[in-house]
Amino acid sequence: MQPANPAVALRGIGKVFESGVVALDALDLTAGSREFVSVLGPSGCGKSTALRIMAGLTPPTAGNVIWAEGAAPTRRIGFVFQEPTLMPWASVAANVRLPLKLAGMSATDAAPAVGAALARVGLADMAGAYPRELSGGMKMRASIARALVTRPQVLLMDEPFAALDEITRFRLNNDLLSVWQAMAGTVVFVTHSVFESVFLSSRIVVMTPRPGRVYDEIAIEEPYPRDDAFRTSAAYAGYCRRVSGILHAAMAAERVP
Amino acid sequence: MTNPAAPGSAIARSRRESVLRVTLPVLTLAGGALIWELIVRLNAIPAYVLPAPSLVAATLVSDWTILWSSLLVTLATTFQGLALAFAGGVGLALLFNRSRLVEYSLYPYAVILQVTPVVAIAPLLLVYLPQHAAVLACAWIVAFFPVLANTTLGLNSVDRNLVDLFRLYGATRGQILFALKLPAALPYVLGGLRIAGGLALIGAVVAEIAAGSAGAGSGLAYRIAEAGYRLNIPRMFAALLLLSVTGIVIFVLLSALARVLLRRWHESELEPGG
Ligand SMILES: Nc1ncnc2c1ncn2[C@@H]1O[C@H](COP(=O)(O)OP(=O)(O)O)[C@@H](O)[C@H]1O
Ligand SMILES: [Mg+2]
Repeated sequence: MQPANPAVALRGIGKVFESGVVALDALDLTAGSREFVSVLGPSGCGKSTALRIMAGLTPPTAGNVIWAEGAAPTRRIGFVFQEPTLMPWASVAANVRLPLKLAGMSATDAAPAVGAALARVGLADMAGAYPRELSGGMKMRASIARALVTRPQVLLMDEPFAALDEITRFRLNNDLLSVWQAMAGTVVFVTHSVFESVFLSSRIVVMTPRPGRVYDEIAIEEPYPRDDAFRTSAAYAGYCRRVSGILHAAMAAERVP
Repeated sequence: MTNPAAPGSAIARSRRESVLRVTLPVLTLAGGALIWELIVRLNAIPAYVLPAPSLVAATLVSDWTILWSSLLVTLATTFQGLALAFAGGVGLALLFNRSRLVEYSLYPYAVILQVTPVVAIAPLLLVYLPQHAAVLACAWIVAFFPVLANTTLGLNSVDRNLVDLFRLYGATRGQILFALKLPAALPYVLGGLRIAGGLALIGAVVAEIAAGSAGAGSGLAYRIAEAGYRLNIPRMFAALLLLSVTGIVIFVLLSALARVLLRRWHESELEPGG
């Protein structure tokens, strides 16, 4: 099930850490342009490692990362960590401005983009606040705004909502889908939640336990926009059951040597 | 179990708490001085054995000119020592952070300098250096280490993910240093500075005392040593009192500095109830 128009692809990626831990083994993963792909797998199966390799933060020990236009990804990707990872000494606006500042843009020149990114995540009126004055959900919104500010074509997200309460998570899931549609790009979303992946994704890639490989994948053929009604639909429940089944099979597959 | 307190009463409680934190030490001081005064008067203890607080206060007024000029000398040494400790501590920490080889070569000696009692180093320094330089060197030796150790800790405790984020966006080394590492280390640097302030005063005092008999100094500690030789015990107490107050003022000033700089963002300086 290869996307027709790939934005980024991992080809035969392997990763052995200095400690000897084999985190990934011959991982192939393609994200199509304008696709919302979730990478689903148990804790410790190498999801974060795969995403960091895609972002160029960790070098792979085997295989390579292929970008659509071959160029270095710096300006074309946004990365959202599991923790909000904001600079506590800087206001929300200054945090969101960071990628532009590092690219040498002045605060004045960056202001429109920062304003737009904050508005996109519903934080327009919190620009002057400091991270500690924000709730967990708002911090994550600020973190997403920072990833959006360079108008990336690919957004990489590493379990961004895992630490949030369910109500906040639902709201952020809804808003993330509108962010994705507005950015008209690709999202690669790492999660260990079946429900979250089914709600968000156009395709789910299920990984085996460590060393992580792709076990199977499944397209979620439900139209966007999806809203809270989708969460209670029979189609949603059916997909959740199927994806859970695949995940269980993936976990069992590993026990065979 | 008590009932959960209403927010109003929690605020009132914390306000009462902060009033107590000021009034109780003041009352303790007043009580102690009163008992001291009574003991001296009732037993008719002579002033060259133990001067009453009232006499110490009177001496503070009568000897003010001489004490004030000595205080200025000690203060100048302390703040120069502190400024050098700040520059040296932060500078060394940055150097260590930049190069592991430099850190391995120099860090043990920074520790040795720190653990060798400054009282023992002071006389040697006085042999080899002009007096003012020797006193300053003592203040620096005791004060720079907390700045170095804290800054190093601060530079090493930068959020790993933030470092990755900076790398992801192609930050230069300079950008990582000035926009990430230094701001992240600031609370630690200020914590180190607060400790260093008191230590710089101690270093200056130790060196002045060591220099005492050489006679050229005129700092507060020198006045204490000199008054001791002359059995001018009330002046010793008056000078001692001034030294304590100086230490307190330095601590309060450096705490206030940390408060102003970190107020909006750091856990250590959160406003009560905020
Ligand atoms: N920097 C590292 N050094 C050594 N081992 C690591 C490192 N990062 C991750 N690992 C190990 O690699 C495996 C996969 O980790 P990770 O990619 O974080 O998994 P996931 O995100 O799926 O929970 C884990 O066993 C983890 O302990
Ligand atoms: Mg992870």
